[in-house]
Amino acid sequence: MITAVRKPMEEILEFVLPYKRILLVGCNECVTVCAAGGRKEVGILSSALQMAFMKQGKTLDVREVTLERQCDPEYVEQLVTEIDRVDAVLSMACGCGVQEIARRFKDKAVFPAVNTQFMGASERHGVWVERCQGCGDCILGITGGICPVARCSKRLLNGPCGGSTNGKCEINPEVDCAWQLIWDRLKMLGLEKRYEEIVSAKDWRTSRDGGPRRIIREDLE
Amino acid sequence: MEDFEPLIVAFCCHYCAYTAADMAGSMRLSYPANIKIIRVPCTGKVDVLHLMRALLKGADGAYVAGCLDGDCHFKNGNRKAARRVASAKRLLSEIGLEPERVEMFTMSAGMGERFSQIALEFTDRIRKLGPNPVHSNTKKADPPATNRQTVQKGDRPT
Repeated sequence: MITAVRKPMEEILEFVLPYKRILLVGCNECVTVCAAGGRKEVGILSSALQMAFMKQGKTLDVREVTLERQCDPEYVEQLVTEIDRVDAVLSMACGCGVQEIARRFKDKAVFPAVNTQFMGASERHGVWVERCQGCGDCILGITGGICPVARCSKRLLNGPCGGSTNGKCEINPEVDCAWQLIWDRLKMLGLEKRYEEIVSAKDWRTSRDGGPRRIIREDLE
Repeated sequence: MEDFEPLIVAFCCHYCAYTAADMAGSMRLSYPANIKIIRVPCTGKVDVLHLMRALLKGADGAYVAGCLDGDCHFKNGNRKAARRVASAKRLLSEIGLEPERVEMFTMSAGMGERFSQIALEFTDRIRKLGPNPVHSNTKKADPPATNRQTVQKGDRPT
């Protein structure tokens, strides 16, 4: 999922300070799962914003809406009934959701309420970790299902660097060395030979280096 | 300020604090009428959202009263509640409100005296803090109506 964390209140308040009526839009997908921008978080932020305004003797009319998905135009369209009643939109979705609202409602100011973080998995309740960088050319098939692009601090493709100590990365003793994990897993699977195969330099054009990416599925268009 | 009577919401666990309130009654112990009790099946059910909404809609303070550490009927609901109260405190600080307006307490079902004592102490604390500035600054304006709408799963745009 795409993970996110709420921005500091100070920053959010600065966004909405000039307005009297705002639309606070959550998303039922990734940000709900990572507890950053679902219906509950919308309610909490709405309460906090209203109280911050009331404390200063002002009022802020907050309309709370949580869409099924904020990155799909079909769902964003549901805001048409609300959008004229507000001065600005505050989105609790990831950057994709914020931009979809900005694209659809061009004359309305849209602000992000969360900082989008990374594509990750839930390690345990309340802890999310980075697992994928969307490099566009998946190599998990030759690395034992553990991604060195997302999980090695240096994105090395042919074994660990000298900073790997007791299975941990030199950047932080709490970060596993991805290549230690890969080696352990390949050994467990009896695939040690794969470790010996040299992986040639990665073509990063399939990643962000090739500019903004696009997927076109003609069968679905 | 001296005649200020705070409005306090207490989220009380069915298995301990709520029963302790009953016990306080049986023991003929008095506690301030400022406390409005909301019974919850477990304090693990109480969320930051409930505390924030309570303060937004007119409460001067709110607390969660759960089981003693290790005695939760549902294993660890009271510990979860304590973490959520801590989170609510951080959020209140961020918007310039006193974090002391929310608190977590623990007690057993037999501690009628402790229930009454905590009610007394918390009321005293809020009385000293004064009225919730959120409401005193907006005079007697009605709390804002919350316009909440959730587009349910399966709903399709028309």
